[in-house]
Amino acid sequence: MKQAKVMSLGKAVSELVHDGDTVYLAGFTHLIPFAAGHEIIRQQKRNLTLCRATPDLIYDQMVAAGCARKLVFSWAGNPGVGLLRSIRKAVEQGELEIEEYTHYGMTARLMAGATNMPFYPLISNLGSDLPSVNKEIRYVTCPYTGKRISVVPALKPDVSIIHVQRADRHGNAHIWGIVGEQKEAAFAASRVILTAEEIVPDEVIASDPNRTLIPGMIVDAVVEVPWCAHPSYAQGYYDRDNQFYIEYEEISKDPENLSKWLDTWVYGVTDRREYMERLPADRVLALQGRRRYSYPVDYGYYA
Amino acid sequence: MNYTSAEMMVVTAARMLKNGDRVFVGIGMPNLAVNLAKRLHAPDVHMIFEAGVIGAKPSRLPLSIGDPCLVTGAGSVCSMFDVFAFYLQRGLIDIGFLGAAQVDRFGNLNSTVIGSYERPKARLAGSGGACDIACLAKKVFVLIPHEKRRLPEKVDFITSPGFLGGRAERSSLGLEGGPDTVITNKGVLRYDETGEMILTSIHPGVTVDEVLASTGWALKVSSTLEITPEPNDEELRILREELDPTGVYLGGAVV
Repeated sequence: MKQAKVMSLGKAVSELVHDGDTVYLAGFTHLIPFAAGHEIIRQQKRNLTLCRATPDLIYDQMVAAGCARKLVFSWAGNPGVGLLRSIRKAVEQGELEIEEYTHYGMTARLMAGATNMPFYPLISNLGSDLPSVNKEIRYVTCPYTGKRISVVPALKPDVSIIHVQRADRHGNAHIWGIVGEQKEAAFAASRVILTAEEIVPDEVIASDPNRTLIPGMIVDAVVEVPWCAHPSYAQGYYDRDNQFYIEYEEISKDPENLSKWLDTWVYGVTDRREYMERLPADRVLALQGRRRYSYPVDYGYYA
Repeated sequence: MNYTSAEMMVVTAARMLKNGDRVFVGIGMPNLAVNLAKRLHAPDVHMIFEAGVIGAKPSRLPLSIGDPCLVTGAGSVCSMFDVFAFYLQRGLIDIGFLGAAQVDRFGNLNSTVIGSYERPKARLAGSGGACDIACLAKKVFVLIPHEKRRLPEKVDFITSPGFLGGRAERSSLGLEGGPDTVITNKGVLRYDETGEMILTSIHPGVTVDEVLASTGWALKVSSTLEITPEPNDEELRILREELDPTGVYLGGAVV
């Protein structure tokens, strides 16, 4: 019998995220594992290379908290609002090393990492100044057509953290809605922490195998963390807290203000449950929308 | 009829879309333009988002590029890799809408830095999917405020290639498609046979001199310069009552 994978977020981060690691907290706007990022901040992990297509507020907070040495990304903004101020300031002051790609480049890097290829070819980057400031973006000559093709190197995170709607205790996970780069980030990583809105009986996951994007065989830790993604969202569970994304612009304008925010909402709580208890109830309730189920599919029974 | 310059830009963009176009779209003004076109002359436009949503039918104003309202009821949802590889690189995208901090004489776009890359005066968000879209969409539409610093002769950094130094340079890299239309708060600009931007239309109340003074190089003016048609009542009603009732994107000074 293998060791049980279900554990607390504190234990998972403590055992699987190490100082100096290359980490990927997955999720394109959707299912961003904020609670895991906050746990990394609380455990004061240092010198991390933070990778994400869109660093979003979570990496801005981790940079502000001093966790990061380097940022690998493709779009560093506050989605729908503006800029990420801690990251921008750290870059402008030369305090944070950066390596940037395009969105297609970042996801292609994960695809290479996930499929054990050294690089991935794509028709992009041509004519852009990006390859002149990022020497990792290179070219190959197509052996069939002689065309010049842009390539990006495999990205193999030491640890990826993937948030999902539901998983079983082995880490077989269902994701629906925007699936971003979750699958690629999981397969590319040496270690995977899976956080789930809910851990469900094995047969729930087995009832719909096409929806299982992440297989348990690549998962090292399974953690049940309801509301893990707030202020981002979990399709069918809760909506994006746009108000917070807008408020963050104010919160992060002044580093001291952000530091106070981190004291209250990250260092000042022990876990996500305590964080959620501090949010006003009406605000939380407003994020829970009406249900809209898909029609079930018939997989058939073959005896 | 009173309307804001943002409404003028959105309506102008919407009218350029043809029924059945497959449009790679961001949030904000492009999203409003596509939704407006869908409610009027182009009900079968496909809205495709880099988040991996194909054929989005948003039931409310999406506030981020990965808003959950884009998913519910959509044609298909796929991974980010899939949307870039299977849809964009496959050649399925007719029009890509891009914003930028700067667009230059040959349609090159900057959304990375103002100043030098190493010591930027301002660090911007970066490419996202913009460079990929600029390389691979059949036509690129740009919406941008018309100011000298936003339309310099050469951008500080080419995030997303336009025609580079001209049409020949772009095609020498094996890139097809490219810049097609720039819509500003002052007019509409297209590209001539060399790939240089040319003013083809000015919005009502705007003078050519005003446009030239707001452009960072000696802008060519079409010999058949037109006046952009104003938004009509129905377009403004849909925008104000249905698409952006709280004026998130369309607020601002009335022209």
